[in-house]
Amino acid sequence: MQVFIQQIFNGIFLGSIYALLALGYTMVYGIIGLINFAHGDVYMIGAFIGFYLITSLHLNFWVTLILTMAACALIGMLIEFLAYRPLRHHGAPKITALITAIGVSFLLENGMTFLFGGDSRPFPQAIKLVTYHIGFLDVTNIQILIFVVAVALMIALQFIVQKTKMGRAMRAVSVDTEAASIVGIKVDQTISFTFAIGSALAGAAGVLIGLYYNSIDPLMGMTPGIKAFIAAVVGGIGVIPGAALGGWLIGLIETLTYSIGISSWKDAAVYAVLILVLLVRPTGIFGKKEGEKV
Amino acid sequence: MKRNIRDQLIWLAIAVGGWLVIDLLTLVGIISPFILTIITMIEINVILAVSLNLILGVSGQFSLGHAGFMAIGAYASAIVAEKSNSIWGFALGILIGMAISGIIALIEGIPTLRLRGDYLAIATLGVSEIIRITINNLEITNGPKGIFNIPAQADWSIVYIFAAVITMVIVNLVHSKTGRAILSVRDNEIAAASLGINTTKFKVIAFVVGAVAASVAGSLYATYLQSITPSNFSFMQSISTLIIVVLGGVGSITGSILAAVVLGFVDIILQNYGALRMVLYSLMLIAFMLFRPSGFLGTWEFSISRLFSAKNKSQKESK
Repeated sequence: MQVFIQQIFNGIFLGSIYALLALGYTMVYGIIGLINFAHGDVYMIGAFIGFYLITSLHLNFWVTLILTMAACALIGMLIEFLAYRPLRHHGAPKITALITAIGVSFLLENGMTFLFGGDSRPFPQAIKLVTYHIGFLDVTNIQILIFVVAVALMIALQFIVQKTKMGRAMRAVSVDTEAASIVGIKVDQTISFTFAIGSALAGAAGVLIGLYYNSIDPLMGMTPGIKAFIAAVVGGIGVIPGAALGGWLIGLIETLTYSIGISSWKDAAVYAVLILVLLVRPTGIFGKKEGEKV
Repeated sequence: MKRNIRDQLIWLAIAVGGWLVIDLLTLVGIISPFILTIITMIEINVILAVSLNLILGVSGQFSLGHAGFMAIGAYASAIVAEKSNSIWGFALGILIGMAISGIIALIEGIPTLRLRGDYLAIATLGVSEIIRITINNLEITNGPKGIFNIPAQADWSIVYIFAAVITMVIVNLVHSKTGRAILSVRDNEIAAASLGINTTKFKVIAFVVGAVAASVAGSLYATYLQSITPSNFSFMQSISTLIIVVLGGVGSITGSILAAVVLGFVDIILQNYGALRMVLYSLMLIAFMLFRPSGFLGTWEFSISRLFSAKNKSQKESK
């Protein structure tokens, strides 16, 4: 029982990372209908930027976090500008955009492997690890930090999307791109902004996971990337609270399979839940039902 | 009907001609064993790409789970081949793989094919990963270590024959009455349903045929390369088949074959670049998608009958 509750706590911390990543997927998918396969690799780049900022420039954790988020925002905008925008302007089929995203993902993974080698490297301990014992529970300050930062970023995101002018533009473009452009919304700028925010969150997730696992490598983005996308789908893609819920759910499933001793099946459990959710609610837990147009 | 038989015979002649050319070049020594391995992998990729194109291009269902069915075929063949290394063992392995893949595709297809677009993609990806993880955890499949020293039962010419036959079967399926029903479901599901076409049935037919063909490709892969591990069939394998289909042109069987061949030779060229290989590959992929978003051939299809009859040609193009 104690292990079980401990794993639930661990699942919530791990899930926060998935949730941060899932938010980027869900926003990009919501606005241009693209599974941005390169998103997990932006998270990897974020971890590497954080690594170099701390080890080379000896910056403190908070400065590193903010600089990494800014750098990843720029990278996200650059990827959108160079790879996805030309396709969108030519009205290329969706699957072409997907293959381009896969190409970008390969490029980031292999480019980083080529430049920095494929080995994993230890992430510096920017914050000294302290373990608190609350009753029988072990909670580290880093876990709390991850949770607090993730929730703060989610609240900030919710604020941006619901209250600001840019957020309103994002919602308008995601409902109907053409109508949005008719009423004077700058569609390209809005999409670029969406990529910036999503990538900044991925960068934050990268730094946080570096701190949590103390190890980063160029291929670290692949699996969490897919799982975060699954989290977004489970929660209902395009819905921000859905992505958060999905992220935590995936984190919980993973740690719970660990606690009942079937950890080699943990990914299978995640996929099984995904399929079950899709069969019952084809557009995810919070997803809107789409009507068929004749 | 007569014309159809003539076209089939011409295709057969082209296929036999291709076989003779490769055989001759091997005898003369122009094709080295290294290149012959690449050619065999191209043939396996042709089977995978043509069968995925049936699901993706012809029936319009976005499947990302091709590697799962390939894994079933590969493991079925590997396990049977270890017990019985004979022509019968080879055939039995392929058949068992086809049967299991067909059943799983049926069970998977009926509920999930109700999903649309990317949701279907992610669900099929999920099933494929569950298959891989199951293989990873089973005793009979030797877990994550995989199976080594599988008797070599397939060589390049057996794989070639399978690739030619499977391509012909799928092309004939597309041009049959069933094929036209599948195409109608792709083009407009609601309209097709209102004409009395059982849309689920035809989607499932395309999905199951595609899955069974992928399983055969897996069987050949295992008995040619002689060693397999579950990681050979991760979702990256599904992605690389998807890349072939999109590069060739979604919906164009000719394009899938062309793209499999081109990528095979690109692979040979890139071997010289060592660590830069994958960087160059990904740059090429992005550049190609930006400059030619519809793939090599778009939806264009090479057709014998069109070569013979100009009238036929104008009809097909106006379609």
